[in-house]
Order: sequence, then structure tokens, then C-alpha cells
Amino acid sequence: MEILVCVKRVPDTAENEFTINADGSDIDRDDLVYSVNEWDNYAVEEAIQIVDRVGGKVTVVAVGDEDSEEVLRREMAMGANDGLLLADPAFADSDGRGIATILKGAVEKGTYDLILTGAQSDSGAGQVGGMLAAMLDIPYASLVDSIEVVDDQSLKIGREIEGGNREMNSIQLPCLLSIQTGINEPRYVGIRGIRKVASVEIPVLGSAELGIGGAAVGSAGARVKRLDYFVPVLGAGAEMLEGSTEEIVDKLIELLKAKGGLK
Amino acid sequence: MARIFAYITHKGGVADDTALELAAAAAQIADGTAVTAVVTGSGAELEAVCAAVAAAYPEVWKVESPALAYPNAEVVRKALVQLLPAGSVLLLPHDTFGMDLGPGLAIKMDAAFVADVVAVAAVEGTTLKLIRQEFSGQLSTHVSCDIAAGAVLNIRPGVCKPMADGAAAGQIVDKSGELGDLSAGRQFLEVVAAEVGDVDITKSDVLLSVGRGIEDEENIEMAVELAEAMGADLACSRPIVDAKWLEKSRQVGTSGLTVKPKVYLAMGISGSFQHLGGVKGSPFMVAVNKNPKAPIFQFADVGIVADILELMPELTKKIKSA
Ligand SMILES: Cc1cc2nc3c(=O)[nH]c(=O)nc-3n(C[C@H](O)[C@H](O)[C@H](O)COP(=O)(O)OP(=O)(O)OC[C@H]3O[C@@H](n4cnc5c(N)ncnc54)[C@H](O)[C@@H]3O)c2cc1C
Repeated sequence: MEILVCVKRVPDTAENEFTINADGSDIDRDDLVYSVNEWDNYAVEEAIQIVDRVGGKVTVVAVGDEDSEEVLRREMAMGANDGLLLADPAFADSDGRGIATILKGAVEKGTYDLILTGAQSDSGAGQVGGMLAAMLDIPYASLVDSIEVVDDQSLKIGREIEGGNREMNSIQLPCLLSIQTGINEPRYVGIRGIRKVASVEIPVLGSAELGIGGAAVGSAGARVKRLDYFVPVLGAGAEMLEGSTEEIVDKLIELLKAKGGLK
Repeated sequence: MARIFAYITHKGGVADDTALELAAAAAQIADGTAVTAVVTGSGAELEAVCAAVAAAYPEVWKVESPALAYPNAEVVRKALVQLLPAGSVLLLPHDTFGMDLGPGLAIKMDAAFVADVVAVAAVEGTTLKLIRQEFSGQLSTHVSCDIAAGAVLNIRPGVCKPMADGAAAGQIVDKSGELGDLSAGRQFLEVVAAEVGDVDITKSDVLLSVGRGIEDEENIEMAVELAEAMGADLACSRPIVDAKWLEKSRQVGTSGLTVKPKVYLAMGISGSFQHLGGVKGSPFMVAVNKNPKAPIFQFADVGIVADILELMPELTKKIKSA
């Protein structure tokens, strides 16, 4: 099975405290810790496991600048065979539709039986997979948490739905699936593994190679535009307990007792 | 102004809570134009939902087909593309169904798409100013969306105050006759129900809930000891289940269980909407997090900026010695 997995380099939400720049137009990016989008890691692991079972090849693709090469190499160190970087100044400020349009260009340069994306990334939209599938006119399912290869025509997949329930579907190949966390346990990649793929060449394709016209992508093609960042005021805010650890613990125990939180 | 539609999700003949939330959101965008509810399904359940929804929407489109008995997003998408007039604005709930349907539908309608909208900030002609969140809820953004050629807007469940229903006495219009071919490359097989665990956290009065801040599997023991000392049941956020450190039946959230405790102690949990979406009944909530900017502090009653790996053992010791 020929599998393409779309991956993204994102600021790590668990590792960073986000601050906004002076005019509110962006976050301060200087000291951010970046990593591969959490969901994408599960998608790459799943692709590798499928190829281990039924044969084939895994290609990882990223839309981004040269910094994204680092996440492609990381995923290749996991076991993806090939990497592909889609980079062009004209791609900057694309909305979800623009990113899907760029990826479509890359998909059409190959022959893939299965395309995987993460269920969502740092912007929390979860849109690129579904858009790309619709552009390619292939079946789509989101939030996939199990994949069983039935034959070379179809898969049996599980989708996560509300309340811990799961929805089982049969889906025809070629298709596109967005992968939910927990579908597998992504393997660990050490420095050694990354060194091994350090010199593997990763082709870079721009809008000319992908046959993408300027009006379809970038800020010119975006129907949805981010205007600013701000810190949300969502609730009344907690009463913060301060002091030494001992004082905090005492105060907390007192509060818990009063509210029935200690038996 | 384009025609505005709201897609109604339902189960067992009962409309989802989002039916009235979308009515409220749509009213904000519609600025006086009538909003139409679209209900797809089959049989008596569909009839019941249409009748109920007509109390909040002036017009309800009933779309009936055996192929729509279960809401398979690929089939629903085909139906909507066939029925909705060009340039329509459609509101969907941003739940596991809306996430499945919205992006692809927007492409097929050649419409703009905005995911997980938490508020409508302004309507200026055919430009909407909407509020979204990024980075797991740590920051919000305003986005502008040009809806001149139509739009699909996924609205986060629970953020819009539901429209008061009862007044609309809406008209039910049967649109089933306009449906064409609904075949799709994805077939629904069955729903597999969640596994039941050894403790039923949905019945617990006091929950100690741990998140990714627990850092390591071996630290789970610390939480088990604290829960024991408190007389609380142990719950967790999703990453803990993904890592297989605790069983799925302890996961709180939209894709886990909905809990209604009196006291909820959140340890090393950032406060994503998918997690907090499973905490109901306004418990007394205490959050402990090392990041003073963690979104959970906006929802909790009491907050503590601390390392849970240091605080938990201290707390256990003090409770035991009391
Ligand atoms: C469709 C869908 C459904 C989902 N369903 C659910 C669901 O049902 N339930 C759920 O929980 N999530 C769900 N999620 C995931 C959700 O979006 C978040 O990713 C998740 O809730 C984050 O869990 P967390 O808060 O434990 O981890 P993080 O967001 O990583 O937060 C960890 C927090 O711990 C703090 N921390 C780290 N170390 C320490 C320390 N030593 N001491 C104190 N604090 C520390 C950090 O500052 C951070 O705030 C779902 C996602 C999707 C897309």
C-alpha cells in the first residue's frame, strides 16, 4: 500500500507559555519549542504499521519553510521511507483551503492508496484532511482510531464519537483518513535514528512544480483570515492560593473539607 | 443576505442540545432574516425531531431517506449539496459529526469554512468577524470570513446560550423529493458502545483528575495514594488514556465520560474544551498547574500554581496525619 502522511511543524502546546507580540498580530515565536503535531505522529506510526503488515511505502509531506525539514526527518527516523517538502513564499498565510490545495498538487504527482492526516493541529480546526479528500473526490473519515486492511479495495475503520463510543465503517480505497490520538503507541525516536536519515535528500516543491496558480493559495486565496491573537477571558477566574507549600496545603484541606471533598 | 441554515443532529428521536444553540448563533448572523433548520433521517424519529425543532425555527426542512437513517457524514454531505441553494450559509455543531462533515462540505459548496467558532463578534455586510481558539485554548483569535459565496460554520457546542423555544410554530417542508443519488464510498456498519470500567466515575461525588502534568506512568501511584487519602475516585484527561496509563473508563471529556461531582480536583490539566465539556453540574473546582496562564484557571474556583509532583505527596501526607 502506498501511503502519504501529511505532517505539520507546530509550537508544542505542552512545552510553551504563549505570549503575544506588541501589536497582537502574532505570538512571540523566538523562544518557542517546536515539534511535530501530536496527532500527526500517530498517523505516521499507523502508516508504518500498515506497511509492516501488508507491504508498501510511507511518504511524509509537509507544507512549510525549510524548518519543516526537521519534522520530516524525525518522521523518517520513525520509519517513513520518503519525505517531501512543499515550500514557496507564495504559500504564506494560506487558510485551510489553501493548504489543502497545495497538498492536492503533491498528491497528484504520485499514486497513493491511502492518505493520512492528524485529526487536528495547533489551530484546532481539523479541516485540511476533509477538504483535501473532497478536492480529490475520495472517501473521507475523521477521528479514526482503528484501521484494518480488508483487501486491496477497502478498509474497516473505527471512528471515535461522543461518550467513548465508536462508529465502525467500511471505506473504499483510495481514501483519506484523519487520525485521532491513542490509535497506537508512536515509537520513540532517538538521536541515533535522526542521524541515520540526516543526509537523505528531501525534494522541495514550489508552486511552479505543483502547478498551483497564485490566486488559489497564500493570503490572496484565503477566505478566512486571522486578524489578531488575544488572551481569552473565559470565566470569572479562580481565587489563587498563595504562600508556602505548607500554607497552601492547609488552606486547600480546609476548603476541601468545607465543600465535602474529604471523606 | 444569503439564506441561513442550521443542521440539526439528533439521536433516538430527540434533537441534540446544539439545535437551540445553533438557532441562537444563526440569529446573530441572520440579522432578522429567517433561519431554516435542516433535519435528515428516516421514519418516526425524523418526524419527532422535525416537530420538536419547529418550536424554535420558523421553517424546518425534513429530508427523509433510508440512506440517511444513520448520519454518515459522506451521505449527508451529498444530500446537502443537492438541496442547499448556492451561496447558503450553514451552521453545524463542532462535534465529531460536524468535524466529519464541515470541511469537505465547504469544498463541495465552494463555500468558506470556519471550524470551532466560539463566538460571533461582528457582522459587517458579508464579512463575519468570529472568535476561535488556538494552541489548545491558550490563546484566542479574531478571524474574518467572507461569506459572499456561502459558508459552513462549525459552532462549538455549549458556547451559545440556547434560543428559548416555543414561539416559532415553524412550517415543516418535506424536501425528500429533491434528493438524488446518495451512494458513497463509506458505509456505516455499527456503533460499538464504550467499555464499562471497574469504577463508575459518573457517579462519584469527589474526583481527583490527573492530566499530562503527571509526566510519567510511575507517578500515577502518587495520584492513587492521594485519591485514597481523600476518599475520592481517580479520573484523568485523554492523554493519560492514550498513553495507556489509566483505563478509558476513567477519561473525563467529550470523547470520554460526563461526570457530575461535587468536587473536582484537576491536577496538571490544561483545561481544553474537550476535557471541560465532560465536567457538568458546576462542581467546586480546584486546579493545580505549574503554568499560571493555563486556561483551566479561568474555569476553576480555586487555583494553585505549583508542581503537582511536589504538591500531591504533601497533600496526601497532611490528610493522612490529620
Ligand atoms: C475530537 C477530540 C476529542 C477529545 N476528547 C477529549 C476528552 O474526552 N477528554 C480530554 O481530556 N481530552 C480530549 N481531547 C484532547 C484535548 O483536546 C486536549 O488535548 C487534552 O484534554 C489535554 O489534556 P491535558 O490537559 O492533560 O494535557 P495538556 O494540554 O498537555 O496539559 C498539561 C498541563 O499540565 C501542566 N503541567 C505539566 N507538568 C506539570 C507539573 N509537574 N505540575 C503541574 N502542572 C504541570 C501544563 O502546564 C499543562 O497545562 C480531545 C481532542 C479531540 C480532537
